[in-house]
Amino acid sequence: MSNVNSISWLIGGPQGSGIDSAANIFAKTCAKEGFHIFGKREFYSNIKGEHSYFTIRVSEKPVNSHLEEINMLVSYDAETVFRHADRVSSGGVIIYDSSLAETTLVEVPTIDFEASNRIRKLLEDSGHSVNLSGMLEFAKSRGCIVYGLPYFEMIEAVAKKMNDPKLSKLARVVNVMAISASISLLGIKKNTLTSAIQDVFGSKPKLVTINIEAAEFAYSQMSTKFDPKDIKYEITPKDALQDYLLVSGSQAAAIGKILGGCRFQTYYPITPASDESEFLESNQIIDQVNGKNGSMVVVQTEDEIAAVTMAIGASLTGVRTATATSGPGFSLMAEALGWAGMNEVPLVVTMYQRVGPSTGLPTRHEQSDLLFAINAGHGEFPKIVLASGDIEESFYDSIKAFNFAEIYQLPVIHLLDKAISSSIKTCKRFSNELKIERGKFKNNIDKNDVVGAAGHFQRFKLDDSPVSTRVPIGTENAIFWNTGDEHTEEGHISEDPENRNKMMDKRMKKLEIALEKIADDDKVTCHDFGPGAKNVIISWGSTKGAILEAIEKLSEEGNKFRFIQVRLLHPFPTETVKKFLVDANQVIDVEMNYTSQLASLVQQNTGTRIDYKIVKYNGRPMSTTEIYIALKAILSGTNERRIILDGGT
Amino acid sequence: MAELKLADYKTTVHNDWCPGCGDFGILNAIQMALSEMQIPRHKAVIFSGIGCSGKTPHFINVYGIHTLHGRVLPFAQGAKIANPDLEIIAVGGDGDGLGIGAGHFVGAGRKNVDIPYLIFNNEVYGLTKGQASPTLRLGEKTKSLVSPNTSNSVNPIALAFVSGFTFIARSYSYDVKHLKDTIQRAIKHKGLAFVDVLQPCPTYDDIHTREWFQGKNKLEPQTTGPRIYKIEDTGYDGTISDESEVSKKMPKILEFSAEWGDKIPIGIFYQNELVPTYHQRIAENNKEYLASPPSRQEISDNDKKPIARIDRILDKLKVN
Repeated sequence: MSNVNSISWLIGGPQGSGIDSAANIFAKTCAKEGFHIFGKREFYSNIKGEHSYFTIRVSEKPVNSHLEEINMLVSYDAETVFRHADRVSSGGVIIYDSSLAETTLVEVPTIDFEASNRIRKLLEDSGHSVNLSGMLEFAKSRGCIVYGLPYFEMIEAVAKKMNDPKLSKLARVVNVMAISASISLLGIKKNTLTSAIQDVFGSKPKLVTINIEAAEFAYSQMSTKFDPKDIKYEITPKDALQDYLLVSGSQAAAIGKILGGCRFQTYYPITPASDESEFLESNQIIDQVNGKNGSMVVVQTEDEIAAVTMAIGASLTGVRTATATSGPGFSLMAEALGWAGMNEVPLVVTMYQRVGPSTGLPTRHEQSDLLFAINAGHGEFPKIVLASGDIEESFYDSIKAFNFAEIYQLPVIHLLDKAISSSIKTCKRFSNELKIERGKFKNNIDKNDVVGAAGHFQRFKLDDSPVSTRVPIGTENAIFWNTGDEHTEEGHISEDPENRNKMMDKRMKKLEIALEKIADDDKVTCHDFGPGAKNVIISWGSTKGAILEAIEKLSEEGNKFRFIQVRLLHPFPTETVKKFLVDANQVIDVEMNYTSQLASLVQQNTGTRIDYKIVKYNGRPMSTTEIYIALKAILSGTNERRIILDGGT
Repeated sequence: MAELKLADYKTTVHNDWCPGCGDFGILNAIQMALSEMQIPRHKAVIFSGIGCSGKTPHFINVYGIHTLHGRVLPFAQGAKIANPDLEIIAVGGDGDGLGIGAGHFVGAGRKNVDIPYLIFNNEVYGLTKGQASPTLRLGEKTKSLVSPNTSNSVNPIALAFVSGFTFIARSYSYDVKHLKDTIQRAIKHKGLAFVDVLQPCPTYDDIHTREWFQGKNKLEPQTTGPRIYKIEDTGYDGTISDESEVSKKMPKILEFSAEWGDKIPIGIFYQNELVPTYHQRIAENNKEYLASPPSRQEISDNDKKPIARIDRILDKLKVN
C-alpha cells in the first residue's frame, strides 16, 4: 500500500448517464471518511451522449486543483477508457465493462476525428490492437491493473433480487455500481457509501432504495471476486471533517448573494452561469434571524440586455441587485454598464468566464475576459472588477461585490469562471460574521434638507465627496432624475462644458477613493513559500489552486516562491502589487488565456517587466502537474519566455 | 395632503421639442392624468427610452428615469417588480419600442407586468433627422428620406395583441382629452397596457401631418373630414369578461389594427384583466413576495450584520 489516502480518481461516461451524481456520491463518501475533496467537471455542449467526465482528488490536506495523472479510472462505456486510459499511472486501476472488451475505436461515434486519430496512433505505435482490449493491454503494459465488470449481468441479478424485472429502469444505476466497485477496492466501508447515496438522492426515496441495492451488490461482488491486496491505493478513515461543506463554485457565489442581501437577480440562460440563478430560485424563500421569511425574486429575461437593464431598474428601488452571465451575454450588457456608471447605480454582474471568442468552447474554461470586463462599455466611467481564486473566495467576494457596489455607487463585475463554477470542494462552513456596508444609502429624506434648484433633491450633489446620498425612487422629498446624458446635480440633461468636467471628475474620483479605502487583503493576496523568495508568480482567478500546490511542492524541494494573487483587477492596485514585486528576480505570469492579459496590466501600471508567461487556451483548466513542470523548466533556465500548456482531455 | 395642481407636475426644465410637436399634447395628457388621479409625486416614476420622447421625464415633476435606446421596458419592469407600490409609466418612441427594442416589446407582453407603456408614434427617427421608423409604410418617402422606404411597417396593435399585452389602445396627440382618458385607463389597468399614440412630427413627417389626420391630403387639398374615428362610437367594447371572448374579439382587433388611410380607429381595442399579472405569477411561487417585495426587505441589522440565515442551505451541503 504505497499510496494511502491520496488519490486522483476519474469517472467518465455519456452525458446524461449520471456522471455528476456518481461523482458527487464518490466525493461525499470520501469526505465522510474525513478527506478533503476537489472535483472538476468536464462536459461537452450537448444534452445526451457526448463524453463527460469528473475528476476527483482525495487528499488528507485541503486540495484545490487537479492532476494530469489518474490513479483510478472508473468507467462503464468504452469511450472513457479510450480517452483516459493513457493517463492512468503505473499501479493505477481501471474499472471497465467486460462486455465491451472487443469494441473497436470506430464503433464509438462520439470520439471526434482528432481524438480518434491520436488514440489510434498511440495504440498502433505501441503495437496494440485498435479496440478496448488493446487499450487495456496497453495500460497493463504500463503497470495498470484492470478490472472488468459484467454490468449487464450484475444489473439483472439486482433486478431479480429486488423482484423488479423492469431492467430499463435499473440500467440507470450502472453509474452507482461503477463507483461502488471503486469504493470497495479502496477499502472504504459500505455504510459510508450508502449514507452518501442517501445524501445525494435524499429527496427521492425510490432512487435511494434502488441505488443502495445496486451499490451494495457491486460492492460485495468486488470484494468477493478481487483481492484488494493487489491495489496500491487505499482510503483509511480519518477524523471527521468538522463543519465542512461539499460545495460548488456557483453554489458558493449564490449563497454569498443570499447572505449579502441580494434580493433581485436576473438572468438569461447561458453556460456556465445559469446554475447560480437556478440555485437562487430554488432557495428563493430566505430564513432570517428575526424569524420572518425574506425572499428573493429571480427573473429569467428575454435576453441579456433585458437582464442587465431590468437589474438596474430594480436597483433604483434600493434593492441589492445582480445579474449573472458569461462572455456572450456580458458582451450584450456593455452599453447598460455605462448607464449604471453614468447614473451611479449599484449593480453586481457575476461574470462566469468561458472560452471565447464568439461561442468559443461554450462548456470549457478560460480566463480571457479580464481586459474586456475592465474596458466594457463606451466612454469612461468607474467600475470595479474583482476576481475570485477559488470556491470559498466566490462566497466571500460575492458579498464584498455588493458592498463595493453600494459604497461607491457603481457597477461591480465579479469575475468567476467555468473552472470555479462547476468544480466542487470541501470547504470550511461559510461564516455568517460579515458586514453589509450600504455606504450613503438612505431610506428617507427630511424636507428641510432638500436644497438645490427649485428645492429639488440633488442625487448627484457636487461637494467634497464624489459619492452622494442615494435614495430609492419612491422616496418622499427626494425626487430626482436619471439620464444617460451628462446631467446636472438633479439629474437633468446638461451639455454645459464646466458641468461636464465636474461630473466626470466626480464619477472618476470614486476609483481613487476605492483604491484608498479597499483593504490591501482585498486587493492582493501574497502567498510566500520560503522567506525572501525571488521567484515571483503573478496570477488571478482560478489558477490559484494549481499554482499554490505546484509551488508548495517546489518549496519542499528547496525552491522558494512567492505567489501574488491579484484580486482587485480594476482599479488596478498598482502600489500594492509593486510592493510585492519589488524584490523579484524574475516575474512569472500565469493565466488561462492567449495574450497574458494580467501581464499587460502589470506592465502598464507598474512598469515591471514580466520575465516569463505561462499560458493556456485549450479550454481545460491548468493542472498542478503542468504548472509544476513549467516552473521547473523556468528554474532550469529555459529559453522559452512563453510557455504554452496543453494538458487535458 | 393638499390637493396637487396640474402645475405641480411640471418642471421648469426648458422644453426643446420643435414648435408644434405632437409630443406636447402627450406631455400635457400625462401631467393631466397624474394630476386628476392625484398620484403623489414621489410615488410616480416616468421611464423613457431615447429620442425626442426620451426627454419626457425631465418635463414632469415626478421621479424620471431616462434610460437607453430601446430598453425602457426592461428598466421599468425591473423597478415595478422590485417595488410594486410605484406608479410607473413607460414612454418611448416608435423606433425605440418597435425597432431596437422590439424584442423587449414581445418579452414584456409575455410577462404582463402592471405598467402602462406609451409609444409616441410619428413614423420617423426625429432626433437623428428623420430616417424611416418601423411604423413608416413601405414605399412612403417622408421629407428627409433619400428614396422611398424599402422596409415594410410593423403593426403595433397586432404585435401587442399577439405578444400578450392585456390592454391595447390607440389615441391621438392632438385629442388631449381622449389621450388623457386613455392614459388613465391604462394606468388603472391591472397588467401591461399599451397605448399607441399617433403623434405627427411637424419637422420630418410631411405625409401624415396634423392636416392629413384632419382629413386634408397633400396631393388633393380638399377636406374629406377627419380620418380618425372612435371605436366606442361604433358600439365596440374591447373589455373581456370571459376568456372565451378573446378568440371572438381577435378578428375585430386585427381588423381595426389594419385600418389606415381614410379611416383610422382610436380607442380601447382590448382589455383583459383575467390574465394574471407578473406580480401574481411570482406570488404563486414565492408566498412572501406581495407582502414584502425586494425593495421593502431589510437585509442587515443595526450592527450591519446580515439578517439572512443560510444555515438551512449549508446544512444540505454538509459533509457529515
